[in-house]
Amino acid sequence: MHMADALISPSVGCSMLAVTGAVILYSSKKIKEEFDDSRIPLMGVLGAFVFAAQMINFTIPLTGSSGHIGGGILLAILIGPYSAFLTITSILTIQALLFADGGILALGCNIFNLGFLPCFVSYPFVYKNIVKEGSSKTKIFTGATIASVLGLQLGALGVVLETVFSEISILPFDKFLILMLPIHLAIGIVEGLVTATIVTFILNAKPDINAYSYAPSVKKNIFAIFIVAALFTAGFFSWFASSLPDGLEWSISNVTVKEEISSKEEKIYSSLSNLQEKTSFFPDYNFKNDKEQGNIGTSVAGLIGVSITFITIALISLILKKLKDG
Amino acid sequence: MAKISSALFDIGYIDTLSRQNSLIHGIDTRVKVLTTLVFLITIVSFKTHEISSLFPFFIYPVFLIILADLPFSYFVRKIIIVSPFAVLIGILNPFIDQTIVLYIGKIGISGGLISFFNILLRFILTVLSALILVATSGFNNICIALEKLYVPKMLVIQLLFIYRYLFVLIKEASQMSKGRKLRTFNGKGMGIKVYASLIGHLLLRALNRAQRIHMAMLSRGFDGEIRTASNMKFDKKSFLFFILWSIVFLIMRIYNLPQIVGYFVVIILK
Amino acid sequence: MSHHIIEVNDLHYTYPDGTSALSGISFRITHGESVAIVGANAAGKSTLLLHLNGFITPNIGKIRIGDFSLTKKTLPMIRRTLGMVFQDPDDQLFMPTIYDDVAFGPINLGLSKEDVHNKVLDALSSVGILHLKDRPPYRLSGGERRAAAIATVIAMSPDILVMDEPTSNLDPKSRRNLIELLKTFKHTKIIATHDLDMAVDLCERVIVMHNGKIVADGSIMEIFQNDSILFSSHLEKPLRMQGCPKCQNSFIEK
Ligand SMILES: Nc1ncnc2c1ncn2[C@@H]1O[C@H](COP(=O)(O)OP(=O)(O)O)[C@@H](O)[C@H]1O
Ligand SMILES: [Mg+2]
Repeated sequence: MHMADALISPSVGCSMLAVTGAVILYSSKKIKEEFDDSRIPLMGVLGAFVFAAQMINFTIPLTGSSGHIGGGILLAILIGPYSAFLTITSILTIQALLFADGGILALGCNIFNLGFLPCFVSYPFVYKNIVKEGSSKTKIFTGATIASVLGLQLGALGVVLETVFSEISILPFDKFLILMLPIHLAIGIVEGLVTATIVTFILNAKPDINAYSYAPSVKKNIFAIFIVAALFTAGFFSWFASSLPDGLEWSISNVTVKEEISSKEEKIYSSLSNLQEKTSFFPDYNFKNDKEQGNIGTSVAGLIGVSITFITIALISLILKKLKDG
Repeated sequence: MAKISSALFDIGYIDTLSRQNSLIHGIDTRVKVLTTLVFLITIVSFKTHEISSLFPFFIYPVFLIILADLPFSYFVRKIIIVSPFAVLIGILNPFIDQTIVLYIGKIGISGGLISFFNILLRFILTVLSALILVATSGFNNICIALEKLYVPKMLVIQLLFIYRYLFVLIKEASQMSKGRKLRTFNGKGMGIKVYASLIGHLLLRALNRAQRIHMAMLSRGFDGEIRTASNMKFDKKSFLFFILWSIVFLIMRIYNLPQIVGYFVVIILK
Repeated sequence: MSHHIIEVNDLHYTYPDGTSALSGISFRITHGESVAIVGANAAGKSTLLLHLNGFITPNIGKIRIGDFSLTKKTLPMIRRTLGMVFQDPDDQLFMPTIYDDVAFGPINLGLSKEDVHNKVLDALSSVGILHLKDRPPYRLSGGERRAAAIATVIAMSPDILVMDEPTSNLDPKSRRNLIELLKTFKHTKIIATHDLDMAVDLCERVIVMHNGKIVADGSIMEIFQNDSILFSSHLEKPLRMQGCPKCQNSFIEK
């Protein structure tokens, strides 16, 4: 469920990037303070581990389909929330760059959904409340399962909110939520059980594993700070975005073909359907009355223009190839 | 399994592509990163009902692919592989918004369909630009460029480390899961118990390896700071690349070129 | 100044999980010697080597390297004197390119850019892989990777080279190349291995370990002729010393 660049607006993308960027800075500072330098290879190798583990699938019982672990909760339990967050951030960045799995601008959203939520919400508020120093194996198992399930639910909610705020997909909030949460509940339960099984396995095999995660407990208000900061930056970016293009469009419409932009804005979304019925496109398009003209002109001009664009790009690429080879 | 070997192959392939010599490969990686960002922001800033104005932007990926000697087919394959999520979300638009907003001949086009095409176009353009960035710069260079662009060093070092050990751990994982495959019969993936113990073993090995790497680092004087010998120089050519493309993007963002051209054609024909 | 470059005295070590790995190891190695440490799997070879570089602190026992006894304070100095080549080159090559990897140590020593550059080129040419300097480690063959790992250590100009199973996972040709390469090094060498043929090629002296103890220490030719020692420590006589008529016949037939 990696967010793609295609689904987000610049304001959502940029504000999430800005705020997760701040969390990255804060986490690196924390890690430097709290751990020695063995943390550097540890996080690196564990990141590669999660990456590799995600490529092996397990069978989801009864369905025959398969899933893989997310890794956020597992890492938070193993090496503490700050290191886990930074490691997940790196993994997501690599996935975005190497596999185009999740976009570059959408990176902030993905880091929030798959890194921040499990590490700084699900882990401290759920896992840490269930599992205390010296808790039994059953408690650890329960804690890991519930934390994973909740982490994935929150992540799915994050995807929905980011998509809805971006207004690229016109899926309404409630429908989208009903679509996403149950699917991710099913996946989450299996993933939670798997994560919990891995955690108990590793605790048995390496009882000194706590040594890796003697991390300071997360300040619980970090979540609140994050949300406020995100809303604030989002507000700023969307104000910026809304003031800028409009201004541009206004000034452009004065200098270029009149009606260019305004015709599209108004007329595409207004009641044209009845007027256009009789008009056919190529070859015998006609412009019968003034009212029609602007807007048939727009769509026809658009099609012609796109074709010409295609031809131009093809020509340019031919010329480039010639120039380069010759 | 198929997934593992194809991932390894893919990473290796991008790596090979990024090691070619071309005009584009020679441009400063920082500049390519920044240009990609400008491109991405420009693309996502389009409103959802715009289609024609997005087409001119294909000039950027096409230009780079040709000058950098990259294979078109590779990008087509990649785009198809990663498309499901974006397409899944986008494909709902035509069902939600069925108001007809324009006619082409007798065929009515709904607002939802238009926004779906818009999402597809955005998707192809953004994915292309990201893939091209890596294929013309190489992952390691991008990391170094990010550091020079003030991305926290801790994160950059993580990126380098993960990328380095990705190859080692994916190989280890694939050997282990191959061993597993040989011992299971339905060949359909595996149950949770078996899976968890396989991943657990992989994890144990990873933890031990991290310890050994740390030893190897310490024995060569590691003191917590990783210093590299790399250097990057800004040259005029790279600077020009950034400025020119940014201007082109801006022009294509402000003016709907196909619309304008088409308009003139219509007027002339009339 | 002692003329023993390495002195190990009554070393005992038990891992935190209770596995006893070393029980009473003592030996001395003089300047310029090449010593093989042989023993079956789990004999304790790797554990012993990790002690020499201070990665494991012994439960009981003392170690002297050069002029210093091994303590926290002398550790950085000792790590410069004693270069360790790990069993898996992937553990040792952690930087993006071979060049960066070899430069890692010299840069940490605080050398100037130019000196670092020269050190790197020298080290890479001494192991014969100068042409691979810009490759990432995952783009090298097993033998090349091993050579690169050795170069990273050589670049630190150590007096002593310590190697853990240097010929494991190498094909015959890379193994041969490696042996020829190691012959050219004038360092004091300690090589843990169960490749007894390589041991014969490179070392005059052998220390045989079994179950965390030294069962023999002396001239390699003598000890490898002693079937009872080899048998009791689960080792096999090197092929070339077996002199078995049957194998020779089969060689001739082919
Ligand atoms: N990290 C470790 N934790 C616990 N036991 C270990 C560890 N490493 C090695 N051992 C045990 O110590 C003994 C000696 O191992 P090692 O020194 O690796 O032998 P060798 O290198 O000769 O094969 C073995 O029984 C092994 O299982
Ligand atoms: Mg060993």
